[in-house]
Amino acid sequence: MKVMKSILSKLRHDNPSMLAGLILILFLFFFWLAGCAFVDTKRAQPISGLPDQRPSYQYLLGTDSNGRDIFAVMIVGTGLTLRVGFLAGIMGLGIAVILGFMSGFYGGVLDTIIKGIVDVLLTVPPLAVLVVIAAMRAEAITLNFMIILVASLSWMLPTRTIRSQVLSLRERAYISMARLSGMTGTEIIVKEIMPTLIPFLAAGFVSISSTAVLASIGLEALGLGPQSLPTLGMAIYWAISFSAMLRGMWWWWAPPVVVIIILFVGLFLIASGLDLVANPKLRRLR
Amino acid sequence: MTAIYLLKKIGILILIIWAAATLIFILPRLATSRNPIAERLGQTAGAAGYLSQNAAEMVKAWEAKFGLDQPILRQYWNHMKDLATLDFGYSLAFYPSKVKNLISGALPWTLCLFGTATLISFLLGSLAGALLAWPKSPKFLQYTLPIVLTLSAVPYYLLGLVLIFLFAFTIRIFPLYGGHSIGVVPNLSLSFLVDALRYSVLPGLAIILAGAGFWSLQMRGTMVIGLGEDYINYASAKGIKERNIFYRYAVRNALIPQVTSLAVSLGQMISGAILVEVVFGYPGLGTLLLKAVSSFDYNLLSGIVFVIILIVAVATFIIDLLYPVMDPRISYKRRSA
Repeated sequence: MKVMKSILSKLRHDNPSMLAGLILILFLFFFWLAGCAFVDTKRAQPISGLPDQRPSYQYLLGTDSNGRDIFAVMIVGTGLTLRVGFLAGIMGLGIAVILGFMSGFYGGVLDTIIKGIVDVLLTVPPLAVLVVIAAMRAEAITLNFMIILVASLSWMLPTRTIRSQVLSLRERAYISMARLSGMTGTEIIVKEIMPTLIPFLAAGFVSISSTAVLASIGLEALGLGPQSLPTLGMAIYWAISFSAMLRGMWWWWAPPVVVIIILFVGLFLIASGLDLVANPKLRRLR
Repeated sequence: MTAIYLLKKIGILILIIWAAATLIFILPRLATSRNPIAERLGQTAGAAGYLSQNAAEMVKAWEAKFGLDQPILRQYWNHMKDLATLDFGYSLAFYPSKVKNLISGALPWTLCLFGTATLISFLLGSLAGALLAWPKSPKFLQYTLPIVLTLSAVPYYLLGLVLIFLFAFTIRIFPLYGGHSIGVVPNLSLSFLVDALRYSVLPGLAIILAGAGFWSLQMRGTMVIGLGEDYINYASAKGIKERNIFYRYAVRNALIPQVTSLAVSLGQMISGAILVEVVFGYPGLGTLLLKAVSSFDYNLLSGIVFVIILIVAVATFIIDLLYPVMDPRISYKRRSA
């Protein structure tokens, strides 16, 4: 407990933006956790309640035209969206680490090829490619398929950062020292370079997560998401296609917008907090 | 600008266009379980309430007509030849319209909206970010930081939804939906342009506000790092006017990474703009894309995607050409490498 307290006070003092971001994301996480424990999440399915109900004691945030309880949709949707961000973040970071290290540490032809792929893919609008792939798929799109899809197009920028960091670290004296004392390439990467890169890796994870969530919500808003799951993006898609706004049903479209905004602001604050760790010159901001 | 730099950029441009063209050739052929022609015939037959007994033969006949029965390399060659002339064939959903005509009808809307909004947001955001980092700026600017931060984190189209709610639904000063008044044929008369402008305000504002938030935060970071450098101290020790230090030393240098990041994030931004169009029903490529997706019109879909990739690739190429003009070190770098 005491350790927790000292970490908290240190964070509040040195890196308030990271603290604020962590609080927002943890808030969403506990909202989902508590929601799953206290609310019947089956009510997020269609025709589980009366359609088009205003918010009341029975339906805290009303229901949509298909009879989904919006409050339950928010709980389930927050969980699903957090899952997309977390899993896609891990997958994308894995790709970024492998390619970034190979490219930066070993260099040569491999570096040229990887750099070329990154440059080309960075120019291609991710949504355009995702739309084609998702539209071509015959079976209904599952959440896991979508996670793989969005993760496969969100690793490019972190790869670039990791590569350039590795490239500069490789030339440091302590790396030459390690090499002279007989460490292998893999050993040097894992024991000497990796620890220095932790803030960059964490920042890469956050950036991939947020790109992936952005892409997945974008796909869902186009109707290319998992149709049978109440994700936040699908809630927005249904709200748009049933013209919830024109019918004055604010409780339908506003809650997913608010949750998504909290999520993105949280991720952004964490990312800029990590920036502060990785790039000490930015501390001049205060 | 060295010739090698130019050649490299042209090479990347060609590579991107080739990759995009190949991608839209390969993907539909990988999805063997879904046959656009069979689906389309099925839909038409369903709409007519009449199911032909020899549907399989009809599918074959149409496949022959579209050249889908030829060897794969032959198909690839034909596909590339067609794309070189921007010929994407007929739209399946809006038959007998050609995809080319549908796209050229929607393209000006997207280019005007996205181009103008991106430019404004970039300039506005960079200036705001520079002022946020400048120690002598008025104090009240610091209080706008939380707003700027929130704007930068919100996806364009969600901001669009909020703007529609505020300025088209609650206070009805801007139209809700579309790109021009209903029943008006698009033309270049002044009255039409004014009408179209009125419809572009909200979607434009969504892109500008969210984009400006992003650019200003990034600019603020770069400026703050730059302001601590020796050349700024030296300039102020020499007695150069504050105003000149701000524009010619601090902003000038911080703009270079801004432009790099503009080139890198164009793809992301146009993805956002597409969704803004969908939310506003703006008659550009985004709305057309939604129609193509919902009716599984593969020709239209691949045509739009190809054109979008083309726009981004060309825009990135132009920015890359401007880059050495902004940063004189680029041409030296080559020689020392």
